[in-house]
Amino acid sequence: MSAGGKWLLIAALLAGTAGPLAAKREKEAAPPSQGSSAEPDNPYPSTYKPYPGRPTVIRNATIFDGEGGRIDKGVVFLNEGRIVAIGGPDTPIPADIAVFDGTGKYVTPGVIDIHSHLGVYASPGVDALSDGNEMTSPVTPHVWAEHSIWPQDPGFGRALANGGVTTLQILPGSGNLFGGRSVTVKNVPARTQQGMKFPGAPYGLKMACGENPKRVYGAKGREPSTRMGNMAVDRQTWIKARDYQKKRAAGKDQTRDLGMETLADVLEGKILVHNHCYRADEMANVIDMSKEFGYRITAFHHAVESYKIADLLRENGICSAMWGDWYGFKMEAYDGIKENVPLVQQAGACAIVHSDDQDGIQRLNQEAAKALGAGRRMGINISDELAWTWLAINPARAMGIDQQTGSLKVGKMADVVLWNGNPFSTYTRPEKVWIDGALMYDSGNPKLRPVSDFELGQIGAGDVK
Amino acid sequence: MMKTFSLLPKKAGVSTGAARTMLGTLLFAISTPALAQSIVITGARLAIGDGSEPIENGTVVITAGKVVAAGAGVAVPAGAKTVDAGGKWVTPGIVSGFSRVGLAEVPGVRETNDMRATKSPFSAAIDVAPAINPFANPIAISRTAGVTRAVVAPVAATSIFAGQGAVVDLGADVTPITKARAFQYVEMGEAGADEAGGSRAATVLTFRMMLREAQEFAKAPASYDGRSRDALLNRVDAEALVPVVTGAMPLMVHVESARDILTVLSLRQDFPALKLILAGAAEGWMVAPQIAAAKVPVITAGLEDLPSSFEKLAATQSNVGRMVKAGVSVSMGLLTGDDALQLRAATQQAGNMVALTKVPGATGLSWGQALRTITSAPAEAMGLGDRFGSLKAGKAGDMVMWDGDPLEMTSAPVAVWIDGVAQPLENRQTKLRDRYATPTEGAMPKAYEW
Repeated sequence: MSAGGKWLLIAALLAGTAGPLAAKREKEAAPPSQGSSAEPDNPYPSTYKPYPGRPTVIRNATIFDGEGGRIDKGVVFLNEGRIVAIGGPDTPIPADIAVFDGTGKYVTPGVIDIHSHLGVYASPGVDALSDGNEMTSPVTPHVWAEHSIWPQDPGFGRALANGGVTTLQILPGSGNLFGGRSVTVKNVPARTQQGMKFPGAPYGLKMACGENPKRVYGAKGREPSTRMGNMAVDRQTWIKARDYQKKRAAGKDQTRDLGMETLADVLEGKILVHNHCYRADEMANVIDMSKEFGYRITAFHHAVESYKIADLLRENGICSAMWGDWYGFKMEAYDGIKENVPLVQQAGACAIVHSDDQDGIQRLNQEAAKALGAGRRMGINISDELAWTWLAINPARAMGIDQQTGSLKVGKMADVVLWNGNPFSTYTRPEKVWIDGALMYDSGNPKLRPVSDFELGQIGAGDVK
Repeated sequence: MMKTFSLLPKKAGVSTGAARTMLGTLLFAISTPALAQSIVITGARLAIGDGSEPIENGTVVITAGKVVAAGAGVAVPAGAKTVDAGGKWVTPGIVSGFSRVGLAEVPGVRETNDMRATKSPFSAAIDVAPAINPFANPIAISRTAGVTRAVVAPVAATSIFAGQGAVVDLGADVTPITKARAFQYVEMGEAGADEAGGSRAATVLTFRMMLREAQEFAKAPASYDGRSRDALLNRVDAEALVPVVTGAMPLMVHVESARDILTVLSLRQDFPALKLILAGAAEGWMVAPQIAAAKVPVITAGLEDLPSSFEKLAATQSNVGRMVKAGVSVSMGLLTGDDALQLRAATQQAGNMVALTKVPGATGLSWGQALRTITSAPAEAMGLGDRFGSLKAGKAGDMVMWDGDPLEMTSAPVAVWIDGVAQPLENRQTKLRDRYATPTEGAMPKAYEW
């Protein structure tokens, strides 16, 4: 009941603009061997395959394309999992295809949440399912969030049906300085996490600055217990990582180290850094640290003070993943304001709206609306279609998947939401959601509503929720 | 006003009490003239807050801090200065049916957090009223968003009984209390079992025994010891539960599951005078007929739809609509966290209830019914429906004029009145916004921009 529990769980991941995905490692084909730094390229591969879809046309809808474009009375054509055509009312479409009339409705790319803990902090929130923070050491880059994901978390289905969320990044928590690897998943029910994994998406590294690590480890009587301790442990770790990476790149023999592999991949631009950070001054320190050690920060997550340094973030090409209106639940969130997102947008920096919450993920459109309205009231006139980039192409870029999804462009994955009204209205809900062209939610069809194993046979299973 | 307050801690030798008195004088001097005046709004898209639907071209007349009339075709008093709303929305002030506002400035900073007392010898006797800080920034931030009153509950710490909650107003003045000791708060679900020693069976037994001790105290206060090894309640806590057992004070019971709700309703078999309010009730829809028959009001979270705990397995956003349909009086509040901060979420909760009316199979609320859950319904649940919560004649002049549909997230108040007093809409967040409208520093550091 108290607010106390919530902020403890607020871990932030940072994501950033898509880092350069380096060419495949030369040694990838070599079998892993003891005593060697050779490592398997992809030991937990995605087994996700798009579900069957049928050729689908929506016409007469208002379309936000996810890159800032808008089409009135628009047409979208989905086929074989891809967006085949998009345009105005005259867009040619084949005959003999079922057509949905979108009059009065809106079409957007599926919502992307760059910051979720679904599966790792699953519902029900009992200790047995609390797997998001390996808080036994402040430096745990060797843990992978995907190894904690419980695919039966009912939260995935709610995010689909109520939030129109088609892609999420699942992050470890923010108790540690180096929290571990994140993973990007398609929001499809599956028996295994591999069955959800977004094919080809780069991994992320969750880092955290500020209160959480110093509180957690300070309470244990160990380093770090201060912000300077946070930075010192970070820097010592990066020194080791650079050494490991150099040896690996040179093909020198060394024992595999899972944490160092992750950090070496960051240094080589293969893994994207998602850095939980609230305060402007701390973000500036972390930016300098990234330059000291030669890595890129893709995004600051939570970033409640990004509005104070939006110019700095723009200059460094770093995204901010933010809440619509959270503030004040802990000291480093004290200066949170509703105008954070529009101020970052106005400065020309990359703005993303994230949830970090199993409830908030069901209403990211409404969180964006809060920011949009607050911005307009202070004279920042952002159009609805531009604001939709906060939930679409911007997070897609920061997750390194913008070539595959995140906007309604021909050839991209058919991750699409048909809303029953303007999605910035509280009165609007998803009517249909397609993932890779497969209809995975239909508000008019009770059987097209996922029921996880956990809920099956329970009271309320299959309810509208 | 906020500036004045921010200077106070720096004044050496000025006690907090003296400082508040000084500020109080200042504020009172500002607000007094308004009390005597009439406020007349015409041309409003007007919602009364009693469950009725909005009307066009409505008029509201507030005099001496109270609503005189509101509706269509209301006569404007001669000579009164009128404000033409120009079609803007006007509603009663928003009421948070459940919060902890004013009990914490920053919930995660222990020194500012007065929600619970883990080392106190007292429980039921704890009264949150003196701890409510009218200068807390979350009060000003909530006020800016149109929230004018709130139910404030303590957090249970050493007993299933948390203490006595209050109803407050969010005015920019030194008198936040609408009603102190407005209710007793008790945990009877998972949290209650934990407080009672580890099981629901222990919770029910503890509840019964404590209320019996309160009855013993009521019969013979002088002879109630409260210190024997068998006593569960000390004298002060026993005395605090007397009005609960007699029904003079409402008992707000936090339970979520259908089975715990039934348990709570059955407590009236032994304690028939209990004036129950259910808080939480995520599974209330399953036993809505029983709740309705017991005439027990419910204050719930509204948007909760996940089995976030085993006591919420059947949670659904249709909970509110289904209970209302069954005849239960339902209010919404912050039952799922951020209870000291995000009172402004009320309009989002209500708006989403309207959204459900367009979702096949879901049960939502009409716009007027939705507004009622965050205005008159919580006032009535607290037994204060005659004092505030709607724009009906005789109610407190708590009113908000909005720049758009109040239940849309893009909208915000353009004017807020509490007890007929126009409220400031600035707060610490608007100041930060203005300072950083351009992030780069000018000729001087940002610290000089204020």
